[in-house]
Amino acid sequence: MTAIPLGVPRRLVEFTIDGKEARVPEGSTVLDACRAAGKDIPTLCHGDTLTPKNACRVCVVEVEGSRTLVPACSRKAEPGMTVHTDTERARHSRKVVLELLASSVDLSTTPQVAGWIKEYEAKPDRFGPEAARLNEAPKIDNDLYVRDYDKCILCYKCVDACGDQWQNTFAISVAGRGFDARIAVEHDAPLTDSACVYCGNCIEVCPTGALSFKSEFDMRAAGTWDESQQTETTTVCAYCGVGCNLTLHVQDNEIVKVTSPHDNPVTHGNLCIKGRFGYQHVQNRG
Amino acid sequence: MDLHFGDSKPTDDERAAVDALLGPPESSWEGADRSDADLRWARGGREARDRRDLLLPGLHAINDRVGWISEGALDYLCRRLTVPPAEAYGVATFYAMFSVKPRPATVLHVCTDLACAAAGAQELCAGIEARVAAGVHVERSPCLGLCERAPAALAIRAGDPVRTAVSAPATVDAAVLAATAPDSAPEEPPAVMAVSQAGSDDLVLLRRVGVVDPLSLDDYRAHGGYTALRRAFELGPAGVIREVTDSGLVGRGGAAFPTGRKWQATASQPDHPHYVVCNADESEPGTFKDRVLMEGDPYALIESMTIAAYATGAHQGYLYLRGEYPRALHRLEHAIAQARARGLLGDDILGQGYAFDIGIRRGAGAYICGEETALFNSIEGYRGEPRSKPPFPVEKGLFGKPTVENNVETLVNVLPILTMGAPAYAAIGTAKSTGPKLFCVSGSVDRPGIYELPFGATLGELLELAGVREGLRAVLLGGAAGGFVRPDERDIPLTFEGTREAGTTLGSGVVMAFDDTVPLPRLLLRIAEFFRDESCGQCVPCRVGTVRQEEALHRIVERTGAAAADDIALLREVGRAMRDASICGLGQTAWNAVESAIDRLGAYE
Repeated sequence: MTAIPLGVPRRLVEFTIDGKEARVPEGSTVLDACRAAGKDIPTLCHGDTLTPKNACRVCVVEVEGSRTLVPACSRKAEPGMTVHTDTERARHSRKVVLELLASSVDLSTTPQVAGWIKEYEAKPDRFGPEAARLNEAPKIDNDLYVRDYDKCILCYKCVDACGDQWQNTFAISVAGRGFDARIAVEHDAPLTDSACVYCGNCIEVCPTGALSFKSEFDMRAAGTWDESQQTETTTVCAYCGVGCNLTLHVQDNEIVKVTSPHDNPVTHGNLCIKGRFGYQHVQNRG
Repeated sequence: MDLHFGDSKPTDDERAAVDALLGPPESSWEGADRSDADLRWARGGREARDRRDLLLPGLHAINDRVGWISEGALDYLCRRLTVPPAEAYGVATFYAMFSVKPRPATVLHVCTDLACAAAGAQELCAGIEARVAAGVHVERSPCLGLCERAPAALAIRAGDPVRTAVSAPATVDAAVLAATAPDSAPEEPPAVMAVSQAGSDDLVLLRRVGVVDPLSLDDYRAHGGYTALRRAFELGPAGVIREVTDSGLVGRGGAAFPTGRKWQATASQPDHPHYVVCNADESEPGTFKDRVLMEGDPYALIESMTIAAYATGAHQGYLYLRGEYPRALHRLEHAIAQARARGLLGDDILGQGYAFDIGIRRGAGAYICGEETALFNSIEGYRGEPRSKPPFPVEKGLFGKPTVENNVETLVNVLPILTMGAPAYAAIGTAKSTGPKLFCVSGSVDRPGIYELPFGATLGELLELAGVREGLRAVLLGGAAGGFVRPDERDIPLTFEGTREAGTTLGSGVVMAFDDTVPLPRLLLRIAEFFRDESCGQCVPCRVGTVRQEEALHRIVERTGAAAADDIALLREVGRAMRDASICGLGQTAWNAVESAIDRLGAYE
């Protein structure tokens, strides 16, 4: 029998979303409530296994009585609050945020973003051809994964996953300031000179594909990456007794990527270097 | 925490600088030679990590000694404090005054911000760059808080001890001399030079500036110092909060939050310890009032912080001082040492059995650290990025504990409240804006400086007092985050409610007068550059929006009318999103001044 932790019973908070009553357990965020009510609010920096950082501001909603818009991902639902998710004001900010990101960052591998750009009628080109972009070359300094910071929206998820929220390795941080801020290891050194333990938990949480398996990066470069041809098989890691779940992404009978289910109650999508990258023996056909 | 360190080693100088701050390392776990004991006994854990707040002072120690922060020095500091090097690197690269690349020991910061730009900073910079020797690094700097003596330059020469020299008003010769021979540069004029009302009986906040010797505690006491603290001990903590609440005092940093309510909210938090933080990171372009107060009457700030701590149940205070204020630093360090020696700080203040002490933390060149929660992160040794609110500082502030944070001017107002009583204080000014207010007047006026007026004086009265010159084109209220008004709007009452009614803001009390010497679009571009440089980069609307704002203003710097219309429409859209969706006040106000210039002054028409 599987024991399902129920936790302490929580009070329900009652408030209003778009004119309708909503009831969510105390401690839930506005985003949780919106999703429960079937409302689609775009998110980029929000991670299901991480504390909300509310850095991207694409999930902003209007809360009555608040001078500014509030991020749905981190604002806790409060009794009696009145939330409007789809006002002109909220949609305007979402549109501009999408324009600002798409005009400065390569969002070509960010899931869903093309749909939102269309939905919000965002026009990233209107800042002109001279608009500053990140212009980062991919950092390929090891055999396991690639850091392509031209695709980085600075959501802080990799930093949080590497730091005190999951891995406690603290190999990366945001360095620099403002538009020049970048994710970097100490002294902006190659990964191989850093504290990185290659657990790949940063890749697991990266929302834009800025961090990717070397195998995925190479296949994309060669034009052979095709997710429609891939199967996903969830299995148990064979290395040790913890029993982490692995999801093997297979294309043409080759493992091309390994992820881990985020709803696993023990590991929450985290793995170590062996589970994440140690699959070559499986396909060693001698 | 399993820290990884590279092979880089600190130089003897760097090691000495860190050890001077932290003491010699006690074991190989924090950088000493390995002994037998280290093989059996691992030091670290919470106790070691709890010293993270010494990271910023440590970075200062290295930068002050060597002029930049090398890999070896950063690694050594991390080892001493059990801080991951990647995080320390992120912190070191956050601040404009630090460099992680080699540079000359002397850095000459030349202010190119609004008041200095109007006073010819561009020509000054060009002249200095043509003249200066190879051993000096010239850095174009945001406002140095010396606007009454624009244009300004600040030379910092690394060494033991670090030396600084201010040149203001700066000429090419004077600035080059300050950079090449900081010790023989002429002494800065006293702070009182910024106060043309000095000595007047009408002054409340500035009454001691220029009158007392800022180095003498006895002189301070002879001029009424520490009577307010005695009164506070008579009233008790709740009584002090009642007086402050009744006085109607609101925060002078720009947000105008009622101080009494903030203190009450902090005092009533069950979580302990409580902290008092003085926000002396005065970085709003055009603001220099806190500098004049700290340089001219440093004990007043120490006394008022002690009162704030007593009222809110705090026993430790932090004074976060702008890194570009070397003289204020020396005055305050001296004042704190004197107060400690005389029992006015420490375990038993005035024999009342109440303990309180103050630590100074120097900022390192980051406007954003004036944001209250960014300031907490900065003190704690993290990047100075604002936190999202709620929770508010009164509940979870510095080190996650209830914290009352006030601006220098706000705190200093507490002294007259206690000495004259809340009703008398509240009688000054208007019904909604009580008390005296300091204004920083600079730009196109004959007598730039700090002016103390009761709330309710009009803009015109203030400008007359400062001797506004002919050909006034615009007045900037509240600094870069504030707004422009027209020369014919002199009737605007300088109160929080009056400026709000007029659709502008009082902000931190900046009043900058501009004539036609510098074209308005150039000023707007400088403001946009300022926000682009100072955005912390955490949220998208501000990180990218400030860049797009600057690009658009660049495109239309020489254009008007229909040729500028498209870009102005674009600016409005981006500005609206920055105001609505940014995390903190920096992004929310980054478009204010530009918008007001377009709408009120008809820039680009």
